[in-house]
Amino acid sequence: MLKINNLKVNIEDKEILKGVDLSIKNGEVVALMGPNGSGKSSLASTIIGNPNYKVVGGKIDFEGEDLLSMTPDERANKGIYLAFQYPAAIPGVTVREMLLSALRIKNREIIVSALELKKTVEMEAEKLHLESELLNRGLNEGFSGGEKKKMEILQMRVLKPKLLILDEVDSGLDIDALATIAKNVAEMVKENKMSVLVITHYQRILNYLSPDSVAVMKDGVIVEVGGKEIVERLEKTGYKQEE
Amino acid sequence: MRYAKSPVKPEANLKDFNDSYKLGKVDDIAYAYKGKRGLDEKLIREISAMKGEPEWMLLRRLEAYKVYLSKPIPKWGGDMEPIHFEDIYYYLKPADTEKKSWNDVPKAVKETFEKIGVPQAEKEMLAGVKGQYDSEVVYGSIKKTLSAKGVLFLSMDEALKLYPEIVKKYFGTIVPMGDNKLAALNTAVWSGGSFVYVPAGVDVELPLQAYFRINSESAGQFERTLIIAEEGAKVHYIEGCSAPAFSSASLHAAVVEVIVKKKARVQYTTVQNWYKNVYNLVTKRAWVEEKGEMRWVDGNLGSALTMKYPSCILAGEGAKGEMLSIAWAGKGQHQDTGAKMIHLAPNTTSQIISKSISKNGGRATYRGMVQMNKGAVGARSKVVCDALILDELSRSDTYPINKIFEEDVILEHEAVVSRVSEEQLLYLMSRGLPEHEAEAMVVNGFLEPVLKEVPMEYAVEMNRLVGLEMEGSVG
Repeated sequence: MLKINNLKVNIEDKEILKGVDLSIKNGEVVALMGPNGSGKSSLASTIIGNPNYKVVGGKIDFEGEDLLSMTPDERANKGIYLAFQYPAAIPGVTVREMLLSALRIKNREIIVSALELKKTVEMEAEKLHLESELLNRGLNEGFSGGEKKKMEILQMRVLKPKLLILDEVDSGLDIDALATIAKNVAEMVKENKMSVLVITHYQRILNYLSPDSVAVMKDGVIVEVGGKEIVERLEKTGYKQEE
Repeated sequence: MRYAKSPVKPEANLKDFNDSYKLGKVDDIAYAYKGKRGLDEKLIREISAMKGEPEWMLLRRLEAYKVYLSKPIPKWGGDMEPIHFEDIYYYLKPADTEKKSWNDVPKAVKETFEKIGVPQAEKEMLAGVKGQYDSEVVYGSIKKTLSAKGVLFLSMDEALKLYPEIVKKYFGTIVPMGDNKLAALNTAVWSGGSFVYVPAGVDVELPLQAYFRINSESAGQFERTLIIAEEGAKVHYIEGCSAPAFSSASLHAAVVEVIVKKKARVQYTTVQNWYKNVYNLVTKRAWVEEKGEMRWVDGNLGSALTMKYPSCILAGEGAKGEMLSIAWAGKGQHQDTGAKMIHLAPNTTSQIISKSISKNGGRATYRGMVQMNKGAVGARSKVVCDALILDELSRSDTYPINKIFEEDVILEHEAVVSRVSEEQLLYLMSRGLPEHEAEAMVVNGFLEPVLKEVPMEYAVEMNRLVGLEMEGSVG
């Protein structure tokens, strides 16, 4: 479903992705690992269309369409969803209000009921052990790190994307929260055949969300693709030993 | 901005605005009196004679005219240069007199009122309605149950005829003619406006509503509103404003005086949506006695220049004053707004929440004052003024003044100027919202603390207007 070919990306004239190749199939969970600063998060930003990331070469194909010619909202409505590492706060706008607008744009012809959505959001919040009081606050306004990450997953559950990108979702989360998030993601993979790109520095989340394949990124290129054995090896040796 | 595929025009022109401004057409109505342009003593005498006023009012007008002439045009606020005072029609009287039944209202007037939603609103939500065209009130009604309790909702002209002693007692006591040049002008040529009197202990549960429309080119509208809430009375007054799309500027210079007696409560809500060539220079002030509560809710979306600083004089112990305002400054607009809270008595409290948005080169200015006099022991005030600037062309300024003459008081002030950040836009777009909807969502979220205090249908209308403004600017 996602094919990245020889992707080259600059930030302010500095090359940060230097020819990335990566493919994700339907319903597949791909882990993208690598040391800090290797370009993992930059890849996520480029996929969703962050305008600060200038594509200078290569292409991204999503379900047969040229992703790079689309605006971020068009990409989202094609089914791409990024769970941000540091989601922005939107004061005065509740998660329900935001999701209602997003759903109404996504499904122009279907009438989305605010009441139905309210029920869905409350149910998802409960599954994620997210305080219901947070649903009435401005989105991400004064949320803790863990609450923000859960709220990202909650939105994903409602919007039902085809491809989920988890950007360092495990940083700053306790084991319980991490297990809850992983469980909610795994359900979507199983039930909706959602594909997942798990971007992570650590191995922790992969204990809960088992990857079908693992790619290792270093200095802006993918240096290795393989199976779960890579995770185990990195667990023992760390990234430094790879050099 | 940076996300749009096609280049974005940095500014919406006035023509585009006109397309979205559904009240921009002139209504074809007859005038009984359309005097010459400009102002002199003779015209003031004519206005007074036509209205058949008592002599004290004529003398008041003439005195105010002298004060008006003696005062210079204020230079401290917005640019008033484009107002050609000599070209203004100071008195325009529609041929039809005030109708008490909707069926009697002329068709053209009715159609505009229907567009703004007067009859529906009246049927469903309101205790009484007034509609003013240019200088005179052309339609008015009040629910019988309220008039039976002694509630008066009249045009000021009517009130002067029927209750001259009440008008004389309060007229010009809260906003004296010497207050400022525009207040003097209003006192000299005032016409129309609302008179509200709520007897002690009466709660007017539903809002009273007035609509003001400037319908003639170069017209001046100088309505005069007086609201008196006796001890323990409660009332909510709402006004809406609109004008057709003219090329030359019109002037709206109103004076509003509110008297809030002991334990009474008054809310005054304004949704100002004048066409973008109206100069809106308004003086609004309330006098609040012991444990009384005054709340101004002010939405300024239209006009070329608005200069308006609703005030509360907190004269009685425990009196409370509140101001919630929203200002929208688009292309060619300057919203110079704010509030004044003057604490004269112990344990008085006030709060000012001001939210402004500027876009397409618009300018939003907050100008406010909190004064706490000697003796206002235990007074507290909180001022929050937040400005949101949507592009590089636009501007926001804040001029808060605090005059504190008492030691035992608490004053909090917060001012935040922000921009819609790229992170916020990208975040919402990554959920599937197109750029202008993402921006509108951030803006509405910013306004939410004020909108939640406004009656539902007004909040919806303000949301809609903000949405239209946002859309008009994306290419």
